[in-house]
Amino acid sequence: MTATSSHAVSGDTGETNYLNATHGIGSWLLTRDHKRIGILYLLGISVFFVLGGLMAVLIRAELATPQGDLFSSDVYNRLFTMHGILMIFFFLIPSIPAVLGNFLLPIMIGAKDLAFPRLNLASWYLYMAGGALTFVSLLTGGIDTGWTFYTPMSTNFAQGQVIVTAVGIFIAGFSSILTGLNFIVTIHRMRAPGLTWFRLPLFVWAHYATSIIQVLGTPVIAITILLVGAERLFHIGVFDPKYGGDPVLFQHLFWFYSHPAVYIMILPSMGVMSELITAFSRKRVFGYHFIAFSSLFIAVIGFLVWGHHMYISGQSVVAGAIFSFLTMLVAIPSAVKVFNWTATLYKGSISLQTPMLYALGFIGVFLIGGLTGVMLGTLGIDMHVHDTYFIVAHFHYVMVGSAIMGYLGGLHFWWPKITGRMYNEFWSKISALVIFIGFNTTFFPQFILGYLGMPRRYHMYPAEFQTWNVLSSAGATILGFGYLLPVIYLLWSLKFGEKAPANPWGAKGLEWETTSPPPVLNFATPPVVTEEAYAYETSVPAKEVTVGV
Amino acid sequence: MLPNSPVFPPVSSTLASKVDLLFFFTVGVSVLFSVLIVSTIVAFLVKYRRRHAAETGQEITGNTLILELTWSVIPLGLVMISFFWGAAIFFESARPPADAWSFYVYGKQWMWKVEHPEGKREINEFHVPVNQAVKLTMTSEDVIHNFSVPAFRLKMDVLPGRYTTAWFKATKTGTYHIFCDQYCGVDHSKMVGKIHVMEPQDYRKWLVGGAAAGGTVASGGELFVAKACNTCHRPDSSARAPVLDGLFGKPVALVDGRTVLADESYLRESILSPATKVVQGYQPIMPTFRDQISEEEIVQLIRYIKELKPAGAAAAPAAAAPAAGGKS
Repeated sequence: MTATSSHAVSGDTGETNYLNATHGIGSWLLTRDHKRIGILYLLGISVFFVLGGLMAVLIRAELATPQGDLFSSDVYNRLFTMHGILMIFFFLIPSIPAVLGNFLLPIMIGAKDLAFPRLNLASWYLYMAGGALTFVSLLTGGIDTGWTFYTPMSTNFAQGQVIVTAVGIFIAGFSSILTGLNFIVTIHRMRAPGLTWFRLPLFVWAHYATSIIQVLGTPVIAITILLVGAERLFHIGVFDPKYGGDPVLFQHLFWFYSHPAVYIMILPSMGVMSELITAFSRKRVFGYHFIAFSSLFIAVIGFLVWGHHMYISGQSVVAGAIFSFLTMLVAIPSAVKVFNWTATLYKGSISLQTPMLYALGFIGVFLIGGLTGVMLGTLGIDMHVHDTYFIVAHFHYVMVGSAIMGYLGGLHFWWPKITGRMYNEFWSKISALVIFIGFNTTFFPQFILGYLGMPRRYHMYPAEFQTWNVLSSAGATILGFGYLLPVIYLLWSLKFGEKAPANPWGAKGLEWETTSPPPVLNFATPPVVTEEAYAYETSVPAKEVTVGV
Repeated sequence: MLPNSPVFPPVSSTLASKVDLLFFFTVGVSVLFSVLIVSTIVAFLVKYRRRHAAETGQEITGNTLILELTWSVIPLGLVMISFFWGAAIFFESARPPADAWSFYVYGKQWMWKVEHPEGKREINEFHVPVNQAVKLTMTSEDVIHNFSVPAFRLKMDVLPGRYTTAWFKATKTGTYHIFCDQYCGVDHSKMVGKIHVMEPQDYRKWLVGGAAAGGTVASGGELFVAKACNTCHRPDSSARAPVLDGLFGKPVALVDGRTVLADESYLRESILSPATKVVQGYQPIMPTFRDQISEEEIVQLIRYIKELKPAGAAAAPAAAAPAAGGKS
């Protein structure tokens, strides 16, 4: 425990906080407290992460040998389909925004709650209803469409619970839309006196950008899912060439949402990064405005690059070139963020505590994920590695590795605030290391497999690819243990952990000025903000602000 | 034996080495950037490690705009190189050379059927001559597939309801993988084949010798009669429909004023959806052949129409003569 003496403000001393204010299961299921709803989401996404993770274990076990020896091809296809659906729609997309964002966003801006607390609870119920339906579809046999639902596979050929799963995703989508809406209104209307836009923590900027994507993008996937359902049930012919429809149209609609969805997963993680790096180098972030605007730039340009999933889909060559050009532009704000984080370390006071280890892990996997993204955006390279394990490796680096490093880093950073307890520092550092090693051992060999030509979603593969697959499966085993460790020591900390002080890291930000865990209304007295974000350096003078809006 | 290297795929087409060179360039730049960033971070971690608990960072003063612009513009320049270079290769891959031989590929759950220019057919095996450009016109009979030959750095989706094209020129004899790269259902991972690149004389020998597979399909000439195309589309058929002699590859004026190129896709569409693009001076009286003709039969008709020489140039191919009894 490295609580710095200068910041050892006593936290939980028996006074009322959001955890012990009311008791009973009903007080949780009917809560309107954004902090409790954040915890409800934490429980929900953890269940789906474990389910999706188990499927990953089975997939990697099957792929340890070239022949299909554990499952039939049909079962294998259902496994990777459900792995993708659970992990993307029910874990990665809600992970940081719905858990950490829900808990922290109002506190970070000095508000008592989100703008629409009831809507927030309704969003959780929508999410759980969607998840439950998808789980029902899993129990009754699942589906074999792939998480991408490509037509005419999904509409005319696939077996299984396509409609049930589609409705599940459709419902969960509304949870995402309403959460985004809630965040946007909250950030606009509920900032504390003195908290101007450019004093907001970058975590808030990242969530603002993410919310825009959620509100604008998710309705498109909802419509697309409805069309797939209608086509499957009534053969209306939108995607069926037999009736003059176009199966490629589905891909346009699908990726119009699903590409920006990648930024729903990565932008919040980048927001966490800015908090971690400043806190553990005790320094104002370098290039605040550039990082803030790069999030918005990514959100906007992210809507214009969907066609890079379709270079070889039969779309026109010129369209391919335009999408490739726009894709290249996304690389710039991403690079700018990495450079600014690096520059933030310069002349900092750097402490390698667990959240910072995750932050450094993020930079490692994001570098690899981002740079291979440039390769895939390049037309002449994508035409070789598209739909191979190169893609699988790339998107796991970007939306799994980077998102999970951010999520776990954030969870470790704010765990004392959320629970009022400190976890074991030694084991948490070990976990960060094991996850980093396990992740890279799992996914780096897949780049090589991809360039060799191994197609994705193959149940069986030529024997010459086995070495790299065995390495990948071995890495997955390490990664599995890495994920298991936090489950153990975090649960342990709830009962046996030291009581957390209000500000264990000596960090800046309104969330560290209230008790751990915070009171029901977040602050004993409504805060007034008089300084810039991350004003760590003693030499930074607090600017005069007119208080009151 | 399949050529297998544990780290790198065979380089066996004219395009492969170009794709690889670009790939190495991007990998090189990526490694350079990663090493620079990671070593900078490590240096900072050591140099600026926290020495005592209450220590804070030192403020950086001065104009940082130049720095921000620099590290925005340099990556922009590099990705633009990647963009233009990649686009050049992609455009080349989209334009088959004029002397390419025309092959047809059909994907169906879960096999590849290939038809040679001479009409010979095979399944999940594909024999081609070395150093000869080969153009593939591909379609699917059910879901979307993807025809991929990693050794050629070749990959193209194969769609139901339309044609996509790809081409390659193999540079090394040998046997290479064909994969279906677009997930297509239960036996997706069994939709694989082998492409055999042969010396030209071996290919010619194989063509006359080796057993054909894939069943028999009526020839285009037979179908032209069997489907009663000849009742309207011949010079002596009282001008109800355009004469098809010498049509292929020529521009066609439509009733709505547009002009389209008479390529494979246009002919296919005109067979299945005749009212969509009606030729100027004619009525939309042709019935659709949707559900009455298979994809493979359509290709036979197209190949037959391609062979029809302009009137006076030469007689229609011998196959035009009805062989057996029509099956109208």
